[in-house]
Amino acid sequence: MTRGRRLAAAVGLVLLVGGLAWTAFGLPAFGHYHHRYGAVAARESLPLRRAENAVNTTAFDYRGFDTIGEEFILFVSVVSVVVLLRELGDEADHPPHRERPGATQQHSTLTRWVGSALMGPLAVIGADVVTHGQLSPGGGFQGGIILGVAVALSFVAGQYLILRRLRAIATWMDMLDAVGAGGFVMIGIAGLISVGPFLDNVLPYGHSGLLTGGIIPLANLSVGIEVAGAVLVVLAELLDQRLLSGPA
Amino acid sequence: MNVFPYLVAVWLLGVGLYGVITSHNYIHLILCLTVMQAGTYVLLLSIGYVHGARAPIFSGIPASARVVDPVVQALTLTDVVVEATVVALLLALVIQVDKRYGSIDPDEISRMRR
Repeated sequence: MTRGRRLAAAVGLVLLVGGLAWTAFGLPAFGHYHHRYGAVAARESLPLRRAENAVNTTAFDYRGFDTIGEEFILFVSVVSVVVLLRELGDEADHPPHRERPGATQQHSTLTRWVGSALMGPLAVIGADVVTHGQLSPGGGFQGGIILGVAVALSFVAGQYLILRRLRAIATWMDMLDAVGAGGFVMIGIAGLISVGPFLDNVLPYGHSGLLTGGIIPLANLSVGIEVAGAVLVVLAELLDQRLLSGPA
Repeated sequence: MNVFPYLVAVWLLGVGLYGVITSHNYIHLILCLTVMQAGTYVLLLSIGYVHGARAPIFSGIPASARVVDPVVQALTLTDVVVEATVVALLLALVIQVDKRYGSIDPDEISRMRR
């Protein structure tokens, strides 16, 4: 970067940070927030939806339509990663997935042991976080990441052999991703058919326990599946590249 | 102390932007971008904070309890998800840049393209 551009960037940075710091003094004092919308969203979560986690109710019920959009941002970005990382024309010369000598020795025994030991517990925690979204902190997005990481540990823990089979597994992950994304829309369409408005609740709200909140647990589940699939597809694609270009 | 969390948010944004401007490595640059975005999380969460209030999860607390704003927390969740997608896309782009130019230094690449 030239000296002139560096100077311009410095001036811009100082102006931006200074200006923002100045506006911070005009914001409502920290800890003294009063806004009716937030208060209503919190207060009505339990009486209206039988869902204890007001954050989850906001994300999957009040703002459910936005969350569908958000879910599709994730879906589209996963598709874009797959498209971006497809094999380029000049890569066809050296066949992908060829075995390199010594590739199997890259994983230490310790990594394999720890990875295998963590897979089960992480999968259970992930499932727990997804299914208790309306009751305790967490939900589809958070639990989906944990579920995806649990499966992704098999890449770390597993041998090169597993990496070579990635192509076959990747199809399943793509399907998971799509099923999750489509599931949420299906829940919305169910509302359209049986009640009227898109994403309106079609299930009983229940009283206490796992089956409360109407469609909220189902929405959490479909998002959880989608996020887990998305994590896996992206990881598989990036690891696939590493195989393609060989260990650096 | 009334503005301290907001100033933290501004500082995170500024320090991340400084990293983005001066970075010599695209992967480092992407991490700086995540630091910038961390500023937005701090801003959103500190706006919704209420002194002495509980988390907006009504298990084991009375329904009339004062809680912090769940809406900004849900927005922060959206923010995190969007950041994750942006990072995934940018990392994929970096791989393509490296294949094409054999470098991931922004300055070096702009010299090559001249």
